[in-house]
Amino acid sequence: MRTILYIIQKEFIQVFRNKRMVPIIFVVPIVQLLILVNAATFEMKRITMAVVDLDLSGSSRQLTSKFQGSPFYRIISAPFSYEQAMEQMQKGEVDVILQIPNGFEKTLIKENHVGVQLVVNAINGASAGLINAYSTNIILDFNREILIEWLNPAELGGIRRIVTESSFWYNPKLNYTTYMVPGILVLLVTIVGLLLSGMNIVREKEIGTIEQINVTPIRKIEFIAGKLIPFWIIALFELAFGLVLGKLLFNIPIEGSLWLIFLSASVYLFVILGFGLLISTMTNTQQQSMLISFFFMVVFILMSGLFTAIESMPAWAQQADLANPLAYFIKIMRMVMLKGSTFADISNLFYSLVVYAVLIIGLAVWRYRKVA
Amino acid sequence: MKRFWGFVVKEFLHIFRDYRTLLILFGMPAVQLILFGFVITNEIKDARIAVLDLSKDETTRQITEKITSSGYFLLDRNLHTYSEIEEAFREGDIKMVLVFEPDFARKLEKERIAHVQLIGDASDPNTANILVNYATGILNNYLFSMNAATIPLQIIPETRMMYNQELKGVFMFVPGLMAMLMMLISALMTSLSITREKELGTMELLLASPLRPMQIVVGKVFPYVFLAFIDACIIILLGYSVFGVPVRGSIALLLFENFLYISMALSLGILISCITNSQQLAMMISLVALMLPTILLSGFIFPVENMPKILQWLCHIMPPMYFIIIIKSIMLKGNGLFFIWKETLILIGFTLFFILLSVKKFKIRLA
Repeated sequence: MRTILYIIQKEFIQVFRNKRMVPIIFVVPIVQLLILVNAATFEMKRITMAVVDLDLSGSSRQLTSKFQGSPFYRIISAPFSYEQAMEQMQKGEVDVILQIPNGFEKTLIKENHVGVQLVVNAINGASAGLINAYSTNIILDFNREILIEWLNPAELGGIRRIVTESSFWYNPKLNYTTYMVPGILVLLVTIVGLLLSGMNIVREKEIGTIEQINVTPIRKIEFIAGKLIPFWIIALFELAFGLVLGKLLFNIPIEGSLWLIFLSASVYLFVILGFGLLISTMTNTQQQSMLISFFFMVVFILMSGLFTAIESMPAWAQQADLANPLAYFIKIMRMVMLKGSTFADISNLFYSLVVYAVLIIGLAVWRYRKVA
Repeated sequence: MKRFWGFVVKEFLHIFRDYRTLLILFGMPAVQLILFGFVITNEIKDARIAVLDLSKDETTRQITEKITSSGYFLLDRNLHTYSEIEEAFREGDIKMVLVFEPDFARKLEKERIAHVQLIGDASDPNTANILVNYATGILNNYLFSMNAATIPLQIIPETRMMYNQELKGVFMFVPGLMAMLMMLISALMTSLSITREKELGTMELLLASPLRPMQIVVGKVFPYVFLAFIDACIIILLGYSVFGVPVRGSIALLLFENFLYISMALSLGILISCITNSQQLAMMISLVALMLPTILLSGFIFPVENMPKILQWLCHIMPPMYFIIIIKSIMLKGNGLFFIWKETLILIGFTLFFILLSVKKFKIRLA
């Protein structure tokens, strides 16, 4: 036991001796929370639009002003031809072109129906879908207004209407920040845990000090525990720091119990640190270790459901996600922090993490050899 | 010159000897492209919903049928009372609940107006918003077909999706992936490879050798130009053959811009290695200063226009954003140099800036 304490002491001294490491430990969470939370948003706030109004009638102007009135749209130009608008799209200046055809109003009255064209820049498929949905809704809205304005009540009465009321639970204002913060806290402890532990043993190998440790009477398990615990403490500290920041900066809700959050986090961290350790037992240089950690981290993060929903992945990817510790922990964090789920709700996820931790640390201990 | 080539050969040997790194360097673009292409999607498919049908008539059944057969939604369960909604959200994977008011069909016929409630689980606001939008669209369509004969004065929106008709997500990711991987290989690997010599003490040997400092740096960087270029080609080829991402513009221009971006990233890597002494630090700086901006502040996954003003400014001082604009413009829109000369000049500017700065820093270290 005393040996472990010495190793822990040594590790702490080494981490804090590096003058530039300390700011990194504090600055990384702040930067991540501030930048990630604000940058990682799919919310469409400003859709730039070019309107090609070939009709120039009262109705076409009314339709244009309908878009102008929407907080989502910014009409940046009104070119006289489709070609001109298209050139602006080529340059990347507009997201969507609305073309109102010549004779729009007349055709509408005469033939009872008329088309308007929406041309959407679809390089980003997801936003294109939303832009299309928003724009179509605005046009349909306008259509409804015209009906009420132009028709008498008798004619109007024949039309059936279904009124949809939508409500959003747990996050009525659709605040994306609330959703992102729990996931980003997970990212934070993962990056700190995986990179620091992944490079640690390799560094001793590369510099050659591992041999000095190997000739001491320290036992394998003591050495590994001594290497893991400091980073475990640092990462848990990061989580606490991140939670405080999230509360202060973004006023994120913490519906569930803090104890449950930290309990799951401490188990989760053993998985991540075990991973880092396993990588460092299998590599010889820090460059290798970093590259491998980075590779796994990117795959884990992208498949974790942090940015895109797990449900929309293909079935094989969802199966593969069973081996992704981030997916478990992000789900736990979101359930506990946003919906106030209790231990009973997350017990399956929690026990999976426990099993995972035991397996991965067992593997790392087994792989670690006390030979150079 | 002969000495210089000898040095370059040494660097190549270093890289090729380390087969694990090499495997990852070339495997990474393939694996990530496939992941991005198949797995990372914002398309909604089979979202689980629950229905609370207080009316249970022919119309509500038809509407439910319409919604579940759209491919976006999967009926997970039928609820019977309001109080079950909360439970369904909390324990299950239910994303949305559809509530029909009592006497739905009769009200629709007699009073010509009926109410539907859509409740989204907005703990994931993005999905909730999209689902509610889709469901509303399906309801509108249903209504439209019901009323078809009687509605006068219809305005029909006709939509055309430019550049990417099937709305494939991978069109977005190929340019971003190129920016990310080339930054990783060029900047990160170079900075690590130079700091490694410092950490192991072999840098002093190199500096004491007849090689000039300039030659050392260029020699270090040279193999990575090569590797990064191969990776870029792998991504373009895979994107084209597996996912059908086109190269609509000039290939020569595309390769030239790639070369420019690689030079920029390499000079950045040199700069980082000039100001750090340990690999761990170089890596931390690279991760914070390079990967974060490349992934997040570049328009790779998240559109720059949606960000707050301050972050948009930040994006504008990050080289990857310009590169991604250039690549999208050439590959997807088929534009020529005329449309992207501004971005190209900015990249050249960045490269010169980093080189000048590192030359200055490098001299200081020698003194």
